Amino acid sequence: MIAYLCRRLFQSLLILLGISIITFALLYLLPADPVRQIAGRSATPATVESIRRQLGLDQPFLVQYGRYLWNLVQGDLGRSYIQRSEVSELIVARLPATLLLMVGAIVCELLIGLTMGLLAAVRRGSATDQSLMVASFVGVSAPQFVVGLLLLYVFAVRLNWFPIGGYGTFSHLILPSLTVGILGAGWYARMMRSSMIDVLRQDYIRTARAKGLARATVLIRHALPNAILPIVAMIGIDVGILMGGIVVVESVFGWPGIGQLVWQAIQRVDIPIIMGVTLVSAFAIVLGNLLADIVAPFIDPRIKLR
Amino acid sequence: MSIPASPDLPARPNVSARPKRGVLQKLARRPLALIGLAVVAVVVLGALLAPWLTNFDPDQQMFDGLTLTGEPLPPNATFWLGTDLLGRDLLTRILYGARTSLIIGIVANGIALIIGTLVGVTAGYFRGWVGSILMRFTDLMMAFPALLLAICLAAVFQPSLWIVALVIALVNWVQTARVTYTQTSSLAEREFIDAERTIGASSARILFRHILPHLVPTIIVWGTLGISTTVLLEATLSYLGIGVQPPTPSWGNIIFENQTYFQAAPWLVFFPGAAILALALAFNLIGDALRDILDPTQRGRT
Repeated sequence: MIAYLCRRLFQSLLILLGISIITFALLYLLPADPVRQIAGRSATPATVESIRRQLGLDQPFLVQYGRYLWNLVQGDLGRSYIQRSEVSELIVARLPATLLLMVGAIVCELLIGLTMGLLAAVRRGSATDQSLMVASFVGVSAPQFVVGLLLLYVFAVRLNWFPIGGYGTFSHLILPSLTVGILGAGWYARMMRSSMIDVLRQDYIRTARAKGLARATVLIRHALPNAILPIVAMIGIDVGILMGGIVVVESVFGWPGIGQLVWQAIQRVDIPIIMGVTLVSAFAIVLGNLLADIVAPFIDPRIKLR
Repeated sequence: MSIPASPDLPARPNVSARPKRGVLQKLARRPLALIGLAVVAVVVLGALLAPWLTNFDPDQQMFDGLTLTGEPLPPNATFWLGTDLLGRDLLTRILYGARTSLIIGIVANGIALIIGTLVGVTAGYFRGWVGSILMRFTDLMMAFPALLLAICLAAVFQPSLWIVALVIALVNWVQTARVTYTQTSSLAEREFIDAERTIGASSARILFRHILPHLVPTIIVWGTLGISTTVLLEATLSYLGIGVQPPTPSWGNIIFENQTYFQAAPWLVFFPGAAILALALAFNLIGDALRDILDPTQRGRT
């Protein structure tokens, strides 16, 4: 177990290192010049050059990357070119909003997805099952910005139930969470259905029914916990899918998280922020995968760590 | 739907060696797949016949296409789906936008399949350090926030139709690589491959005559599901303004251009949005049915 953990931690570090190299190289190749953005249009060539030297952007690629990595090891993500503040501070300020959105999304997708999957499995082969599975396909096929804009139109503009955008109260959280959650709900619904069908085939379910327990009792007490367990481990893997949605959903709802931060940074070629957010989200994804793998054998003793 | 294949699952030998002749007949017996095929057919016909289906030009800004106060028109007898903020016919732009979605869906997904299969088969068959480097790189790509990578890539290159296709391909090959790797490495250990080696068959012969044919069902299934992912990614990039650039119509950039009007003119979001959803859903339905047909071990599970 310890050896496995060490190996996985080492692998995760390598993955993060690889991601930092690729992102840094991509941003280095960027045709847009960050120095021009900082200096403004009226700057003289001399000013432009002096800013370039100040930021160390006149150095060769490896020197720039080496310096970035050295700072990163010490926990320093650098300074924003435009906003003149530490990237780590900017990210830390925005992170709670994004985490809140993710928690909201996970709650939505589990509530919707597990219920759909359970109903479909219990009524397997029926019209209910069929329509639920089509609905789950709609969930995974719907572009998030369209879902977001439609939810906004119906529930905020027309019905006035929720605020049109922004951040702060519980009611601000509902529509963005639903938007991110609908995609995952489709995914969980299908997993829950197949997991539940597997469980319902087991002998102990037949035994429970045979000893005269009510169908509902068997479902809720015996089948449900066993069907849900393997899905719990999936939440870790889900982080990647959730992270994918934040740029779009935060921009639709004006949600002040790291998605908005990176989106503004991309438009202003603010490289340190782009690097920082990419690394933070990659870190979250790697951590999620790691947790999913570590938790799996505790949930299901048949799974062995290799 | 793209469920990441877990690297820790044991490799499962594929049961059906090659697509059977009856695949199309079997597909035709599934109502959901038929709906999917019908939607795809409608979109393809709409894209091909666009110039004959509409009297307007996609870039033509109509004099009578806006209200007196300069607002887009709701759906009416002349402009069936209404007009956009520049007074262009929305139906015409959606029809021509279908071309963008289909071209990117096919090109980007084709490139992704080729890269993915190449990486997966090479890593699975040759193993060794080449295999391990390739698969570690695939793991790395799986941990990359895909949309963020696409956004960075799209910002690096000046976006054009082909660049957007390439960007999407560079993000989307990973799933195919993972799946083909798992299958190839389990195939490579089977007796009939050993037998081929003992009679002195070259690697090329084994790969093309024995391994690739076994991968065809997988490639067909992932290829179909992948078009759906590709269509969604293109729409999202175009919606953010870093995908296909206006005036070339794309379903995503129609919404991007018009979203400031969306409260007053929701049809400008609704119709292109419905088109994206319909096409992505259609390919998912077909892909899912194909998986059931071509891969009996998965039947009834997903």
